[in-house]
Amino acid sequence: MTPAAVQLERAEAVIGGRSIWRDVSLTVGEGEFVSVLGPNGAGKSTLLKAILGLLPLAAGRAEVLGDRPGAHNERIGYLPQRHGFDSSTRVRGADLVRLGLDGGRWGVPLPSWLPGVNGSHAAGARVREVIELVGAGSYAHRSIGDLSGGEQQRLLIAAALVRRPRLLILDEPLDSLDLPNQSTVAALLQRICRSERVAVLLVAHDVNPIQPYLDRVVYFAGGAAAAGRPEEVISSQTLSRLYGVPIEVLRASDGRLVVVGQPEAPHVHTERHA
Amino acid sequence: MPDLGQLFDYQFMVNALEAGGVVAVMAAVVGWFMVVRRQTFAGHTLSVIAFPGAAGAALAGIPVAWGYYAACALGALVLSPAVRGGRSHSSESAVIGTVQAVGLACGFLFVALNHTVLNGLDGILFGTFLGIDAGQVTTLAAVAAATVGLIALAARPLLFASLDAEVAAATGVPVRALGLAFLLVLGLAVAATAQITGSLLVFTLLVTPAATAQVLTARPAAGLAIAVGIALAVTWTGLAIAYYSPYPVGFWITSLSFALYVLARVGRALAARRLRRVALA
Repeated sequence: MTPAAVQLERAEAVIGGRSIWRDVSLTVGEGEFVSVLGPNGAGKSTLLKAILGLLPLAAGRAEVLGDRPGAHNERIGYLPQRHGFDSSTRVRGADLVRLGLDGGRWGVPLPSWLPGVNGSHAAGARVREVIELVGAGSYAHRSIGDLSGGEQQRLLIAAALVRRPRLLILDEPLDSLDLPNQSTVAALLQRICRSERVAVLLVAHDVNPIQPYLDRVVYFAGGAAAAGRPEEVISSQTLSRLYGVPIEVLRASDGRLVVVGQPEAPHVHTERHA
Repeated sequence: MPDLGQLFDYQFMVNALEAGGVVAVMAAVVGWFMVVRRQTFAGHTLSVIAFPGAAGAALAGIPVAWGYYAACALGALVLSPAVRGGRSHSSESAVIGTVQAVGLACGFLFVALNHTVLNGLDGILFGTFLGIDAGQVTTLAAVAAATVGLIALAARPLLFASLDAEVAAATGVPVRALGLAFLLVLGLAVAATAQITGSLLVFTLLVTPAATAQVLTARPAAGLAIAVGIALAVTWTGLAIAYYSPYPVGFWITSLSFALYVLARVGRALAARRLRRVALA
């Protein structure tokens, strides 16, 4: 049996003497699409740091790609939280994807038409392949600063996928997108999950546009986390237990989930956070 | 039509053309990365810092070249904590601006203290294109080979770190070390270039060809090639025109590169408008 992409058992994270979350257990299986949810400051980014081995666990056990966290970061595609490229960034989308493949390599990059330069052909083919995979073929040759947020996001996903990672970690990649685009990017990630057998861990603010595509969710709140199928976790019962106060999860007539009664400011799941 | 062969009759002119060519290639390559990294302001400050370096060396009675290199290296080290990641420009511009102001003040102080350098002030600020000896050309070529070679070896990690520092760092690129190394290489290039173009005109060759290339193409390799081409063309053309005209070399080089930049911007705007019209039709 292949090991799970991520496995946490009764894990605790401590930053500056303060426990961020404890007793967290979760599993992300191969080729699974899992979203990490919860209010700001609940420890979603802390989870990513723990998985990348940047923050040692204070208690419990963690295994990433069958080893300790940080041991196989080269097999993890990571897309940090970011602002988009502005129009003064004059580099083609395809160049950015190519940097994802060999941007860490030293030495003079030689053009592929020189005799004896073979690797370059394979690299170019892989770049084209992954650009087609994310559906960015029609605009990858354009300057990335001239593209829309959704188009930039697809190219960044391509750059994170180009080295065939086993685990793809995305920190709020949908934040800058409008709702229809959030859904299409989520659909794309689900398709990639299945076809490339890569596990995807997606930190998100709003579960509604992506929920139909998710296998599981992990909800962080109140210093703990609940993991499971979306309809199990985002329920009045589970969230009340997590937050420690009565919470109501309402389902609107169009299927959207609205969480009512959180201790922090009203957190309507359909609204974008500026 | 003047006889262009005359250009090569005098050794000072041959030296100027050689040195100009070397400096153009170096400045264009380093400048292209400077523009991509959005460190134009830092580059300008390093250029300005060359002035107190040269004036200070003249005052102390040591070779002026040492002054250029020492000041620019020191400037790069001072600026490096302020210039982070290459993409943000929040508080760093205030720090850089302050360093620039102090540099200028020191330069004028050194000039005031040292009356003999007053004649050389023009040279320090606006260049001594026509007073270059063969030894200087050799030194310049060595510096240019070193800077361009270093940039070529680090080209991909440097570009990666410039565009997407966080992902590059996650992939194992030493982003901060590269940032400091680039500033030092930029300082080296500025110091070498400033000795010819003067402290104020270095900037012409560093930023304008690179900025024009960026307007014309989003392909990194093509952009670098275009920047080098433009820098060589304006430098040699500027030298040739200046030879037959009463106006200084620096003026011609700056004006020519500015004209090309404007042409490129206008051309791209027109092309974009035509594209939109085609899309609407």
